[in-house]
Amino acid sequence: MSSWALEVRNLRKVYENGREALKGINLTIPIGDFFGLLGPNGAGKSTLISILVSLTRKTEGKVRIFGVDIDEDFPLARKKIGIVPQEFNFNIFEKVLQIVANQAGYYGLSYRQAKERAEYVLQELQLYEKRHEQARVLSGGMKRRLMIARALVHDPAFLILDEPTAGVDLELRRQLWHYLEKLNAQGKTILLTTHYLEEAESLCRHIAIIRDGEVVACKDKKSLLAMLDTTTLVLELERPLKRQISLPGVSVNQIDAETIELTFPSRVPMSKIMKLLERKQISFCSVKNKTNRLEELFLMLTQKEESHG
Amino acid sequence: MDRGERTAYVTIVRKEVVRIFRIWSQTLLPSVITTSLYLLVFGKLIGSRLPLEQKVNYLQFISPGLILMAVITNSYGNTSASFFGAKFSRSIEELLVSPMSSHTLILGYLTGGVLRGVFVATLVSLVTYFIGGNLELRHPFWALVILLEVSLFFALLGFLNGLLAKDFDDINFIPTFFLTPLTYLGGIFYSMDMLPPWWQLLSHFNPVYYMISSFRYALIEAGEDTIMLTFIFLPLLLTLLYFASYYLVQKSSALRH
Ligand SMILES: Nc1ncnc2c1ncn2[C@@H]1O[C@H](COP(=O)(O)OP(=O)(O)OP(=O)(O)O)[C@@H](O)[C@H]1O
Ligand SMILES: [Mg+2]
Repeated sequence: MSSWALEVRNLRKVYENGREALKGINLTIPIGDFFGLLGPNGAGKSTLISILVSLTRKTEGKVRIFGVDIDEDFPLARKKIGIVPQEFNFNIFEKVLQIVANQAGYYGLSYRQAKERAEYVLQELQLYEKRHEQARVLSGGMKRRLMIARALVHDPAFLILDEPTAGVDLELRRQLWHYLEKLNAQGKTILLTTHYLEEAESLCRHIAIIRDGEVVACKDKKSLLAMLDTTTLVLELERPLKRQISLPGVSVNQIDAETIELTFPSRVPMSKIMKLLERKQISFCSVKNKTNRLEELFLMLTQKEESHG
Repeated sequence: MDRGERTAYVTIVRKEVVRIFRIWSQTLLPSVITTSLYLLVFGKLIGSRLPLEQKVNYLQFISPGLILMAVITNSYGNTSASFFGAKFSRSIEELLVSPMSSHTLILGYLTGGVLRGVFVATLVSLVTYFIGGNLELRHPFWALVILLEVSLFFALLGFLNGLLAKDFDDINFIPTFFLTPLTYLGGIFYSMDMLPPWWQLLSHFNPVYYMISSFRYALIEAGEDTIMLTFIFLPLLLTLLYFASYYLVQKSSALRH
């Protein structure tokens, strides 16, 4: 038994129109991991995912899912995956329960089992009340949850979600995060793509960033964040500053009379900064991290080196 | 077929039947209406004035062709529209990501098409019975075999059409420009010996002609007995079309880029 939920080796995809969407990707996801796949629009995230679930044919390379080579036994590999695609892909005229139960049937669950499982996952995703409605009357967020329910109906070991929280309101997004964390805690491996970096930062253990069909970084979250070597703090001061201040080793940016930004190397301990501030008799009522740090890193890694271009 | 495949197959068939009944006014009703109109206008009003050398009356003569025409339109229309619809809404991906084989997928849709053919044939037969009065069934087994074969044949053509279609126009093109003409010229309304020789000759290149002839023979023993032809050629064609469909589902970029 392999210890990898997913192993991707030198995966290439050239579409019929000649577009090379994946340029030889290598990626491994350990069993039980919560893995984030980030990248700008058109980076190749959805292409990668649709190869894993057989919606797209690969041009070259190897893919193993729980040790099963998709070239050797794709049906077996597919059984292990539940997929929540980026775009809605159900028949809006079918009823909610029907959609989910049919999906279970396609995976080979008998009619009775399929119905029971479908009702269970609909309850989990708070769609049970809507089970007899046609899918077209659901709101956008409900449709997302419907696709998640459908993906879980055959109890897959590996859940793949392509931007599951796009267009989902804040509260629901938090709920979904909790739910995904619960599934992960139960042992399901999760692969998630997202454009919300805070989402990846708070959920994922490992993160890969792809750009133009290539993996530009693939690390556990901590070491990825360590690549970022400066920290920026925003301070709300108790009293307005009367004059420009300077702190050794820290660049100070005055936003307004009562707000300053401090940028310093990440390896400098926070206590040292506090001491510096104390010495200058600057007291503050709040402090926060300026940007989403992952966001900054993301921009750094995904922006093309235009100046060198 | 292992159990998983069988369940998947049954699930597709159930989904197709639910669809047929959900939109029954588009799937079941139209043929009932058109057949009633044909029977009333051609059968009762005009037909009563036609001199027919056959030992049957005109209403009886056109009924088998009308039933078969309904089967052709509906079996074709079911697979083409339902399969293209699934491609268009991308709900076909529900099947593609599952472990089911391409055979299961194709057979599921074909069964849907055949069932619609059978449902409509039943309804239309009832209509001909109520309007025409007497519907004979001389060779029920042959009639059933022909009906199923024809239904399967057009379900397959419809499936191929839905598979290769890029937009909704593509699934209307073939029925309008090929199916309808071939069916009308297939001898529903006339017997071959009423036609000039060149037209008779041309008719022999029309596959629908053989289907209608055989079916009519099985029902009322009138016209040419082309049953042997149907039993050799149709099974061959069915096999050929099936493997073409299988090949396209497996290899072409119609379903998977
Ligand atoms: N069917 C297709 N035919 C040709 N090119 C395609 C096809 N699908 C995607 N592409 C191209 O492949 C590249 C990668 O697309 P993909 O959808 O995988 O990106 P993505 O990372 O998922 O982007 P997004 O964040 O916008 O969803 C893009 O340049 C896209 O235009
Ligand atoms: Mg995408």
